[in-house]
Amino acid sequence: MLEINNLVVQIEDKRILNGLSLTVNDGEVAAIMGPNGSGKSTLSYVIAGKEDYEVLDGEIRLDGENILEMEPDARAAAGIFLAFQYPLEIPGVGTMTFLKAALNAQRKSRGEDELTTPDFIRRVNAAADTLEINKDMLKRALNVGFSGGEKKRMEILQMALLQPRFCVLDETDSGLDIDALRIVSEGVNALRAKNRSFLVITHYQRLLNHIVPDTVHVMAQGRVVKSGGKELALELEASGYAEYRTNEAA
Amino acid sequence: MPAVQETVDRVRAIDVDQYKYGFETTIEMEKSERGISEDVIRFISAKKDEPAWMLEWRLDAYRRWQTMKEPNWARVSYDRIDYDQLYYYAAPKRNAAASLDEIDPEILKTYEKLGIPLREVELLEGIAPQNRVAVDAVFDSVSVATTFKAELAKAGVIFMPISEALREHPELVRKYLGSVVPVTDNFFATLNSAVFSDGSFVYIPPGVRCPMELSTYFRINERDTGQFERTLIIADKGSYVSYLEGCTAPKRDDNQLHAAVVELVALDDAEIKYSTVQNWYPGDNEGRGGIYNFVTKRGDCRGANSKISWTQVETGSAITWKYPSCILRGDNSRGEFYSIAVSNGMQQVDSGTKMIHLGKNTTSRIISKGISAGRSQNTYRGLVSAHKKAKGARNFTNCDSLLIGDQCGAHTVPYIESKNASAVFEHEATTSKISEDQMFYCQSRGLTEEEATALIVNGFVRDVLQQLPMEFAVEAQKLISISLEGSVG
Repeated sequence: MLEINNLVVQIEDKRILNGLSLTVNDGEVAAIMGPNGSGKSTLSYVIAGKEDYEVLDGEIRLDGENILEMEPDARAAAGIFLAFQYPLEIPGVGTMTFLKAALNAQRKSRGEDELTTPDFIRRVNAAADTLEINKDMLKRALNVGFSGGEKKRMEILQMALLQPRFCVLDETDSGLDIDALRIVSEGVNALRAKNRSFLVITHYQRLLNHIVPDTVHVMAQGRVVKSGGKELALELEASGYAEYRTNEAA
Repeated sequence: MPAVQETVDRVRAIDVDQYKYGFETTIEMEKSERGISEDVIRFISAKKDEPAWMLEWRLDAYRRWQTMKEPNWARVSYDRIDYDQLYYYAAPKRNAAASLDEIDPEILKTYEKLGIPLREVELLEGIAPQNRVAVDAVFDSVSVATTFKAELAKAGVIFMPISEALREHPELVRKYLGSVVPVTDNFFATLNSAVFSDGSFVYIPPGVRCPMELSTYFRINERDTGQFERTLIIADKGSYVSYLEGCTAPKRDDNQLHAAVVELVALDDAEIKYSTVQNWYPGDNEGRGGIYNFVTKRGDCRGANSKISWTQVETGSAITWKYPSCILRGDNSRGEFYSIAVSNGMQQVDSGTKMIHLGKNTTSRIISKGISAGRSQNTYRGLVSAHKKAKGARNFTNCDSLLIGDQCGAHTVPYIESKNASAVFEHEATTSKISEDQMFYCQSRGLTEEEATALIVNGFVRDVLQQLPMEFAVEAQKLISISLEGSVG
């Protein structure tokens, strides 16, 4: 379970999150929607532990433990995963090399044995098949020369491999065509489990047709201003964010 | 994959003191008087019992050197070197003569500590013949031991200290010494010609593939001593040799000079592969101490279809001034240069290569990877030239620089000269920086900062590491991680 209480965050003296509170229960898929500049991406980075953000107040608890003091790699080992909106390219580092290094780093920090190579390859191949990822892609340097859709699928492959407790998907649907959207969504749905929860950040309702959320939260001015069931997303699709923008202006 | 993990593990296991070869051996030494003079040169020559022509050669070099000026075109800066304050010869009093048993046990211990066992019994244990490496160990000014000499002699291979070769094979040494790097070549090479003390001599007879890797391990130990080694390798027609060189020195607050000359000669259809892992003491983080590494290395592809390949991993030295080059004289000859130069702290590197195309259809390839961290400056300086007769000459050059942090510098200075319209030269260069976003991305997948840096750097240098012999590649990878420790954050 992830609990965020009264989170206040700024970057370079600019306040982005203003006392945001949110709880995502085990097994729950929560969607976050909201206009540009409402602080959605900031929230995802702060959960994952990006340095540039200054947390002035509040806490983020994963299963009761405050993770705000933890380094990003420690958070990853504790089960936090962020699927990036813009995944980074790592030239010269083979995708398989990267995946194995990441997986074993996490296992090591949890005091588990390293995976054997055959076991590792089996897991990667299984995940790659589900996500319709060409095996040739696994032989290339991580994300280098990948198309936008390939990069997003690689994010989900990493998620499948690392088996996190809490997944943040930051606008995973941006830049995807309809087929890729379906494949990525199926990949995510296959990972839905009782002990795993998701925070799905998106501008558009269409992603939520594929990944059906349990709860929908609307963010504006760095706060959750409205929460509801999946029907809230449909309302937003019809009415737009105008109502919340007015708030913003005021 | 395992190699990456290994690097990561090694990085983790390293203690605070990054340079682990910085210890000093206390041992009785015999030295020449301080400074340089004709008398000092006569002293060195007499110590080595050299033929008269060799002494004349040295004196001639010394006289020329006195008229020369220290070069200042490299992108490095340092206080003036006082050549009158250096010792030009320092040798352990109990020197190796007939057998290892006569070597000072302190020296044996030193090499053991460096991970270079000199006793063949230890070397042989559990190592298949094809994986054996013959070692020439040079301690300050003299060679203290050379292993596997007898076994190599069976194949006709001569592998011995150059001072010994001057006595046993004077005609061979005389024929080739200075034929690639002339006495007057440059300030430091001329100085070396006057006072060179020891180094390795290798001769591979026609048609022989050297049965094992040859290597020389250079150790500077004595204070205020310059090391001026001289290496000469001749691969006769149709022969092959792979040669490795390693270097370390104690940690000291003052600078020490290392001015070596390496000459390679490849005759028709011969191939020489020369690898260096240079780890001289780099000085501390404020730039105190460290070795001045002013080295002239050149290979002459004298015969048709010959090949010379330089591979270097440079992590040490306060200042590196070094351009291992190839003269592609024989038709269809090939020169290669693969380099990883890592600089951290206050290190200054100005290194690269020259590929001089003289013969027809000569080809060359340059792959250079510079990694700068801390407040260091790292320059690639290279020349590719084609002379009038070099019809069909081809070169491919790729220079990549990686910056870690925002206080270091990377510079690329490529010179290209072509006097033949049929020559095709390609040059690619990139400069990149490990970005905070890349680091965050890796960390968010569970890698620590050190693991992420090691992974990214290994990716960057991968194509050069692949050129190194297996054992050296592991060693080099380790070294790169150590050199970059503490460079992030």
